[in-house]
Amino acid sequence: MSKPITVLVSIDSNSLLLGARHYKNYLASLVEKYNLGSIVDVLETGSFGDYGKGVLFLVLPENTVYSVKSEVDVEKIVLEHLLKGRIARELVVEDFSTEGPVEAKSTTIEERVVLRNAGSIDPRNIEEYIALNGYQGLAKAFRMEPRAVIEEIKKSGLRGRGGAGFPTGLKWEFTQKVDSPDKYVICNADEGEPGTFKDRLIMEGDPHSVIEGMVVAGYAVGASKGYIYIRGEYFESVASLRRAISQAYEYGLLGASILGTDFSFDLSVRLGAGAYVCGEETALIESIEGKSGRPRLKPPYPPVSGLYNKPTVVNNVETFACVPPIIDKGANWFKAIGTKSSAGTKVYSLCGNLVKRGIVEVPMGTTVADLVYKFGGGIPDGRAVKMVQTGGAAGTFIKPEELGAPLDFDSFKNSGASLGSGVILAIDETHCAVDVAKNLMEFFAHESCGKCSPCREGTHIIVHILNEFSKGRGTRELFDQLYDVADTMEDSSFCGLGQAVPVPLRSILDRFKDEFLAHVDTLQCPVGICKFDKKKKKR
Amino acid sequence: MSADSIRETVTKIYEDINSQSLEKGDVLINTLHAIQDHYGNFIPIEAAEVLKELTGTPLSKIYEVLTFYTMFSTHRRGKYVIRICKSLPCHVTGGQEVVDALKNSLEISFGETTGDGLFTLEETSCLGLCGVSPVMMINDEAYGNLTKERVSEIIDSIVSRERGE
Repeated sequence: MSKPITVLVSIDSNSLLLGARHYKNYLASLVEKYNLGSIVDVLETGSFGDYGKGVLFLVLPENTVYSVKSEVDVEKIVLEHLLKGRIARELVVEDFSTEGPVEAKSTTIEERVVLRNAGSIDPRNIEEYIALNGYQGLAKAFRMEPRAVIEEIKKSGLRGRGGAGFPTGLKWEFTQKVDSPDKYVICNADEGEPGTFKDRLIMEGDPHSVIEGMVVAGYAVGASKGYIYIRGEYFESVASLRRAISQAYEYGLLGASILGTDFSFDLSVRLGAGAYVCGEETALIESIEGKSGRPRLKPPYPPVSGLYNKPTVVNNVETFACVPPIIDKGANWFKAIGTKSSAGTKVYSLCGNLVKRGIVEVPMGTTVADLVYKFGGGIPDGRAVKMVQTGGAAGTFIKPEELGAPLDFDSFKNSGASLGSGVILAIDETHCAVDVAKNLMEFFAHESCGKCSPCREGTHIIVHILNEFSKGRGTRELFDQLYDVADTMEDSSFCGLGQAVPVPLRSILDRFKDEFLAHVDTLQCPVGICKFDKKKKKR
Repeated sequence: MSADSIRETVTKIYEDINSQSLEKGDVLINTLHAIQDHYGNFIPIEAAEVLKELTGTPLSKIYEVLTFYTMFSTHRRGKYVIRICKSLPCHVTGGQEVVDALKNSLEISFGETTGDGLFTLEETSCLGLCGVSPVMMINDEAYGNLTKERVSEIIDSIVSRERGE
């Protein structure tokens, strides 16, 4: 960065919707108009994490964060800050928590491992990644024996960030131990868990961290080919990764003899096409093989027999992004962050009825309350929170009095709050539990792949029953029947999708039983959301 | 759109994409995306025949893939495919109102195409844009922070743009 002033504009798919590209172009045109081109650089960067304040501009070296909502705002920043060197106070984001100058309480400070570069580098430029110790972890890994790399990952306590939390080092070890000339590394970027958008922002904000993690994995397990399987709807992420991969090839960080070693690794992007079930690793593998995405019977598990029945490591985007700093800074550094059972940080997607929606990265063990109130800014318009769904569609609903629960891989066991893919979905008091459950179950019914009957039929039966409740035709027998269907699905569904449906269902039935039964007993929806067909006579 | 022209187009697209192949058969879905992009929102069923010959994959398997994934369509869709998110994060931030507004202003339901062939309305699961929900995508462009008023504006602007051309 040769010019004295740099303006970083957060460009990611969420910011784009708020007009980020337009404001950036407008800024660039004003810089030109006022002949500031020789002293001001306008650069694009990844997400700063928060969308509540419009498009964010970060002006360096002052480290001032501005909230831009109109062309007038852009003009003000140029006239005041860039031309006159005065901070445009009225546009400054005071409580911006990721950068230096603000006085934030320690509890509201993020700890960025995965998002270490997002929002500070231009993700389209590999040199910026390299300048911030990018590919250092890979270089260090090459100086270690593959076994030692796996030991380091095992020692770090890294567990899968996709939802299941399987120890990453152990998974790699399984694959490493199988004697096979062909092995694969797959990055699961089929981010479809409703409410989750962290992987998208990692891929758009720092694609090389994912690539580097994958190459390290390939070296550790002895794989020479890799795939990144990205949702078909994620156009920006696909473009970002494709650009990053071609740059990595150019710089000799992919392809033959990487960094002068005899290790070779090829990497290619594969697209999904709108199927939630493809987030299940064996369904994803089927999809890469050019088939419909229906899950396979497990065992054998992919580390032993995966893509083309060869040993295959499948990890989530966020998991791979954790790998380079672990190798670079050591397992102990990573282990020191987070809780005993769950090392490191977690990237959360904050969504629903929150003042500040966006992504935030904090140590494992942060409470739901902190995520909702300190990072999420609480519930808008002075309304009360009714429930929070944590972990994604397959995660649990918890009530306001349970928000003190710290989230980590053990929290489901300890407090009933799932970590899952790191979703914090806040739902305020204007919503009805029956309506929420119905919407959620319609999602599962739509996304069930149809392979096994417990899931295919079970999800439809659940939707049917919830629909009866929402139309005023619910009964206590039907309420109990929901639990029966949940039990059957849990016991007999073929894959994780069907087995997971009972988790959110039971959690909302348990906690909002009164509200469900009010639909039966008082013949009305307490919140007034469900519109009953016609009043039936009370028995 | 003759059978010959489809053969030529599909062959060219396949050969182009097949250069990214790391293993046999691993580019089918990428190829189908490219074919759909080329024809604009649908895949002519004849393309499956051509792909069968090119890849050696049985026709039944190709049909299965074509119909399994919701992003693919073998029926001609509108020039603009609107995918509106129906998942919970959008639902609790006013999504239902937006869905109703879309249906009303287009006068169609899910899976249907407007009489002028401009719009097809589809429901989709979470699009991963929950920071600015409720959201929809129109072809490859996303729109966030939707309200019923915004939806009408967006539709109107597309309609007037189309009429102007």
